[in-house]
Amino acid sequence: MALNIFSHLLLLLLVSPLLAGIISRVKAIIGGRHGAPILQLYFDIAKLMRKDMVLSDTTTWVFGAGPILAVAVPLLASVLIPFGSISTAPVSFSGDFVLFAYLFGLSRFFTILAALDTGSSFEGMGAAREATFSCLAEPTMFIVFMVLARLTGDLSLAGMLSAGGAGIPLFLAAVCLFIVLLAENCRIPFDDPNTHLELTMIHEVMVLDHSGPNLGLIEYGAAMKLFVLAVVLADVILPTSTGSVWLDIARFSGLILALTVSIGLVESAMARLRMVRVPQLLVGTALLSFFSFILLLR
Amino acid sequence: MFFNYFTGNSAISTFLLACLLLLGGAILPILFLRQNRAAHLSGMIFSAAGCLAGIFSAIKGLFAESASLVSIPWLTGGINLSLKIDGLAAFFLLPIFVVGFAAALYGYSYLQHDVPRVRKIVFHWFFFNILMLSMAAVVTAGNGLQFLIAWEGMSISSFFLVCYDYEKEEVCRAGWLYFMATHIGVAFLFFFFLTAANTSGSLDFSSFDALHSLSPAMAGGLFILIMLGFGSKAGLFPMHVWLPEAHPAAPSHISALMSGVMIKTAVYGFLRMLPFLPPLPTWCAVLLIAIGLCGALFGISMAASQNDIKRSLAYSTVENINLIFLGIGLWLFGINAGLPVVAGIALIGALLHVWNHAFFKGLLFMGAGSLLHSTGSRFFAKFGGLLKRMPFSGAMLILGSAAIAGLPPLNGFVSELYLYMSVVLMGQQTHGIMAFSSLLILSLMILIGGLVLFTVCRMTGIALLGEPRAPEAENAAESAPLMLVGMAILSFLCILAGVVPSVMLAAVAKPAQALHTSTVADLHVLPFLLTWQWTAISVAVLCLLGGWLWLSSKNKISEGNFPTWGCGFQKPNRRMVYSAAGFTQFAQDTLFADSLSPHNEIVTSPDLFRKTGRFTQSLGDPLFNRFFAPLFANLSSRAHRFHKLQAGKLNIYLLYIFIATILLIGLDIYQNLRGV
Repeated sequence: MALNIFSHLLLLLLVSPLLAGIISRVKAIIGGRHGAPILQLYFDIAKLMRKDMVLSDTTTWVFGAGPILAVAVPLLASVLIPFGSISTAPVSFSGDFVLFAYLFGLSRFFTILAALDTGSSFEGMGAAREATFSCLAEPTMFIVFMVLARLTGDLSLAGMLSAGGAGIPLFLAAVCLFIVLLAENCRIPFDDPNTHLELTMIHEVMVLDHSGPNLGLIEYGAAMKLFVLAVVLADVILPTSTGSVWLDIARFSGLILALTVSIGLVESAMARLRMVRVPQLLVGTALLSFFSFILLLR
Repeated sequence: MFFNYFTGNSAISTFLLACLLLLGGAILPILFLRQNRAAHLSGMIFSAAGCLAGIFSAIKGLFAESASLVSIPWLTGGINLSLKIDGLAAFFLLPIFVVGFAAALYGYSYLQHDVPRVRKIVFHWFFFNILMLSMAAVVTAGNGLQFLIAWEGMSISSFFLVCYDYEKEEVCRAGWLYFMATHIGVAFLFFFFLTAANTSGSLDFSSFDALHSLSPAMAGGLFILIMLGFGSKAGLFPMHVWLPEAHPAAPSHISALMSGVMIKTAVYGFLRMLPFLPPLPTWCAVLLIAIGLCGALFGISMAASQNDIKRSLAYSTVENINLIFLGIGLWLFGINAGLPVVAGIALIGALLHVWNHAFFKGLLFMGAGSLLHSTGSRFFAKFGGLLKRMPFSGAMLILGSAAIAGLPPLNGFVSELYLYMSVVLMGQQTHGIMAFSSLLILSLMILIGGLVLFTVCRMTGIALLGEPRAPEAENAAESAPLMLVGMAILSFLCILAGVVPSVMLAAVAKPAQALHTSTVADLHVLPFLLTWQWTAISVAVLCLLGGWLWLSSKNKISEGNFPTWGCGFQKPNRRMVYSAAGFTQFAQDTLFADSLSPHNEIVTSPDLFRKTGRFTQSLGDPLFNRFFAPLFANLSSRAHRFHKLQAGKLNIYLLYIFIATILLIGLDIYQNLRGV
């Protein structure tokens, strides 16, 4: 089991920054630019880690807790989920999906507090938005888990995510998960990860005062969170094993790549929604997940 | 012979010792009326010692094989005076004494500035200990009469404690509202106990099983009676209106005690009486679920908009208590629908939440009290930057906030997990409308959970972090050591119960088994929770990360003083720090119903060059303002018409008595004649 945990964490640590590079490359190609190297985030993180950091006089220990949990939480959450059919979940128990969701709540709590810790009204505004939107995004995730629980008869993520099955409910659930993935990772159309100074920002505003290693940890944590949620979605889409390890690996990596590219496509094709529209989209997604559950009740 | 009770090794003998100590704590300060320090100290020491003894008795009771019982026949009253500590009683006794212990230590320092006014101090310790005694007596009462006497003692002593600062007008108003609410509630309980005694022939709880023979309609009626009676004490929606008034008015350790454990005695009473009722119709369970959901949603939305930290916490208590009743409703529903596992898990979730809420809400009220104590204000507008000035109180307040939001690895997570799991299981195992309802219930519960996170982020973020908004906050200092000790005890329990949930599960086994037909072992379809591997991984990852960060960033923090970056704005000042009202505004605009929006009052001068402006925001309880206040105003105006009957002359009252006697004699004669 130790090996399993180790391989899980290592895969997460090594591969996750790649996803951000792929997304920005897709956006660059569609925008007609050449774009940054695919490994750019690795370079960024390495550079940030070497830099000094500036701490505002207003801040306390809470300011440092935000970045640490931003990295720790995706690492901990990753041991609850299987990576396709390549590697099973190292830790699994009934009800671990609640733990999975609430772990992200823990990092959100400290990210919001770290933002408020700076005393900047700009970051306070971002914190308030983040707290408000997360209330609306969470129910969808839980309902998708309930759909999976009903489909598979299992109450642990390992069981829910690795059972076979197809159909409209699962398709709707996957669509919902994709939208939740965009919302949770602050992608377009909910938020724009590339700009900082705009009055409609959410997540990027909250991390404005972080610098050096702290900022590096936040970037790294965000990349890992994206990877973890993409894995959950990939698990839902292709559950059963083919029997051959290499084929499984190829299929799994192909799907993650496809998801990453589609995030890039969404970001290229859409503009960010107006702030007042965001709750509507989130509630709409929740309703969609309702339908996927209702379809199972026949 | 009486002393035999104290010498035994059973739970009840330790319990009697605890009661004796608490009684000492009530009376000794009165004897020290001239030595104020001695009065203060003796009140604290005896109540703390009494609580410690009580904790031991509760632990004994929780793990004893059989219930521990004392019964003394009381001929004049015609009943047996009996005290009984079984699993359920011990389960509720433990948080009462634990929070009582912490509150006694905390209160000692909290009231230090009042020591010169010895009457107030004596008054406080007398009622504090009487409140502890009567809560203990409610939970251990073996018959209805004792229960009601203890219940009244609890209401009256807590009323006096709420009115501790009786010089302030708003405190007295809050006290009277509480007094009214609790006495309207107790009227329903009187009615229930009289009906029960009438059916079973005795007020002894042991004879109440006779109620099983009642018809379902009657059962529904009795259910409504106990729901209203206990609900008004507990803060069940919509009878919660006294909570947000009384909690801010009371001294903070009293708020902690009332909110953490006193209102839980109503949950105890409800759970104690439920098994006596005949099988309940399903609508009872559905009603309880609906009320619980509405109340929790309402409570947390109101908590998210308050500008007063203690009022916000009081509304959060409304949310939690309604969540507990929601759990009880799910339990009843599960039994009726033939889903024993769903029912059992919901019951365990509700019971665990009783403990958890006692710990973290006690902690949060004490933390809020520390802020109040050092800044002199309860309002967010006067706080800010307090974590720097009060590092320990602030850290514990953050811990309590994380616990109440149900974040792992703290205790709130465990009970939330159980409550969520019961609903998910129901959605998984049922069909049709039941599965659909569980979908709705789950999504609302998750929404409530999200709003709790919102509320605590706002509370801690605005109060503790950022820059001070007022000179009072600027000059705040850390609380006295005993206050910190009181909070530390509860913080420790929040961590312990979260990291090692098996401790709590062992404690909940007995009461759950007593209430629920199947055993807890059957319920381990949920094979357990937070396995050791999980704990080990979490600790390892956090240690590695923390250690690495410490090593790597040791030399990396730039020397010098830097302000927060103002986005190019050079002169940020304190009034620009994000405010509590601002934090909620976006949620109010997008999420909340209009009736929950605050009333804004904006005053500007009409001049071209505006000089002064004022902005005040207030949010009263919509239910109180739109429903209860008009209702009672109407009732009192109607009641005034009968005022003439109360002439204030003795001869007229004698006439009333005479007429009533004649009527009763007439009635008796009439019935005799018909009987013949």
